[in-house]
Amino acid sequence: MIDIQGLTKKYGSFTALDHLDLKIEEGVVFGFVGANGAGKSTTFSILSTLLAPTSGNAYVNGISVIENPVAVRRQLGYMPDFFGVYDQLKADEYLDFYAASYGLSAAERATIIPELLELVNLTDKRYSYVDLLSRGMKQRLCLARALIHDPKVLILDEPASGLDPRARTEMRDILKHLKSMGKTILISSHILPELAEMCDELGVLDNGKLIAQGNVAAIQAQLQADKELIVKVLGDLHKAVAFFEEDPYITSIEAFPEKETITFLYRGTKEQQIQMLKQALLADILIYSVNEEEKDLEDIFMSITKGAGES
Amino acid sequence: MNQKLNNPVLMKELKLRFRFFKSITGIMFYLGAMCIFVVGFLMITTQFTGSGYFRPNQSYYLFIMLSVLQMALVMFITPGLTAGAISSEREKQTLNMLLMTTQSSWQIILGKLMSSIAFLGLLLVAGLPIYSIVFLFGGVSPVQLITIFFFYFITMLAIGSIGIFFSTYTKRTITSVIATYGSMVFLGGFTAFFFYVGIIVDQTIMMGAGALSPLTYFWASINPGALVLSILSGDIAGELYDLAGIEVPLWIPYLIFYLAITVIALWLSVRKLRVNMKRG
Ligand SMILES: Nc1ncnc2c1ncn2[C@@H]1O[C@H](COP(=O)(O)OP(=O)(O)OP(=O)(O)O)[C@@H](O)[C@H]1O
Ligand SMILES: [Mg+2]
Repeated sequence: MIDIQGLTKKYGSFTALDHLDLKIEEGVVFGFVGANGAGKSTTFSILSTLLAPTSGNAYVNGISVIENPVAVRRQLGYMPDFFGVYDQLKADEYLDFYAASYGLSAAERATIIPELLELVNLTDKRYSYVDLLSRGMKQRLCLARALIHDPKVLILDEPASGLDPRARTEMRDILKHLKSMGKTILISSHILPELAEMCDELGVLDNGKLIAQGNVAAIQAQLQADKELIVKVLGDLHKAVAFFEEDPYITSIEAFPEKETITFLYRGTKEQQIQMLKQALLADILIYSVNEEEKDLEDIFMSITKGAGES
Repeated sequence: MNQKLNNPVLMKELKLRFRFFKSITGIMFYLGAMCIFVVGFLMITTQFTGSGYFRPNQSYYLFIMLSVLQMALVMFITPGLTAGAISSEREKQTLNMLLMTTQSSWQIILGKLMSSIAFLGLLLVAGLPIYSIVFLFGGVSPVQLITIFFFYFITMLAIGSIGIFFSTYTKRTITSVIATYGSMVFLGGFTAFFFYVGIIVDQTIMMGAGALSPLTYFWASINPGALVLSILSGDIAGELYDLAGIEVPLWIPYLIFYLAITVIALWLSVRKLRVNMKRG
């Protein structure tokens, strides 16, 4: 449904997007993660035909954003990260304006507007002035606006930013509903765990490059190079530390005698880990417990983007 | 289909414009200015002649002055209506969502222009009763009246298009407003100044032979005030044609010049409105 090929965007000498390649299948909810300035909004703007790429191309439903932007617009619903509303318009007039702008007839508009207001849970605000709505309501109204021409693809740039936890949950429910309608959805966020919950697939963007892609587990595997092991040992900790120091896969060893605990980072495979533990027990190191420190997605994300930023 | 007539931007703009008192007070202000002018004129003339009544040739002068005044008001109000057309959408962060729609760029630009013209048209129509009081005293033909209104329309189109042009090209509304008023001052004021300088220069060079260079004539022909005078007063028009030795009535170059401005300004705006995806 979406095919990005070697997409590059330069602002002067600064490269905001660097040969981005990405394929997203129909009906997938795809999460685009990246720190501030990673290039998420830049990618979305190009897909939405609002920004011309320096090189490369992107296809929405097989249509090139460069060759035929008008046809792409028909396929796309876009919710910008920052947007305004026309004050002095009521919610239904607001939607009516955009519906007319997409060429919907008066009859079509009359049916779709109440439906969309229902979908985003704003039916009771139908006759309220849009600039008087709360942030979360505006966000939902803007989502309804993006859906007005029944687009196949939805591009949502940080749809949950500035929302309280309750409003986030509501937004998530709406997105689930949209997914069940078969829409392909692209969502960006700089909060990885939040996206992981609602996306089928994720892409991690850093300094204009895609550094990991796949489902949550795959991302974890791609990004999580070292795991942290917590080993409890009875008896002589020094002997144990000396043993672990021999292992090439082990780094950052720390001992906590009062807790009978040693922690270290381990880089080997599962099989290598089994061998390592077996050898330790054979060498009379009295290991009675091994735990793996659960790194959450946010930690991984933080470490990976920090690392890339330094290089 | 009636897609052309049913312009979403136009409908929205009209809805916004006429919903609140802002517009009504604008119209009131406009009518008030005209009333004060007419009443003031009547009071001064009747007092100064001492006769206590109003003579037809005075009504004719009043008509001319009122027409020039109305032209000035049109020129003064139009920039305020169009100079923010696109830039204010950019500032309010609604522009991208508008550009994402499947409307053509022409539709968006023309919708903006037409909504401003519609409002100005309403102003002129609202002013008609005051106008017709003067008209009733005689001295002006209906053809002259229609011609004058036609040229109000042409002038609005041109200045409105200039406003839209600047609001498309500048980032901020304030810049666009200043640039548009600048153009308006040039068309209304500088052309008159150049015209007078031209007359002096021409007469010095030609030793007072009573001839005007085509350039001097050109400055007069694009001045809205001069146009109104030439339409309403055969004397002024005749004198100018004699001086310049040019047979073409003033309104022809005026019409061509202002329509050309309109077309060029709109065309450039349409080109600039959306990014060209092929040029990175
Ligand atoms: N018009 C511009 N001129 C120059 N640089 C720009 C422009 N727009 C964006 N950039 C730069 O491009 C980079 C990518 O910006 P982008 O907005 O795509 O990031 P983002 O991933 O959306 O970040 P955020 O999480 O802050 O929204 C940033 O470093 C930004 O400074
Ligand atoms: Mg962004």
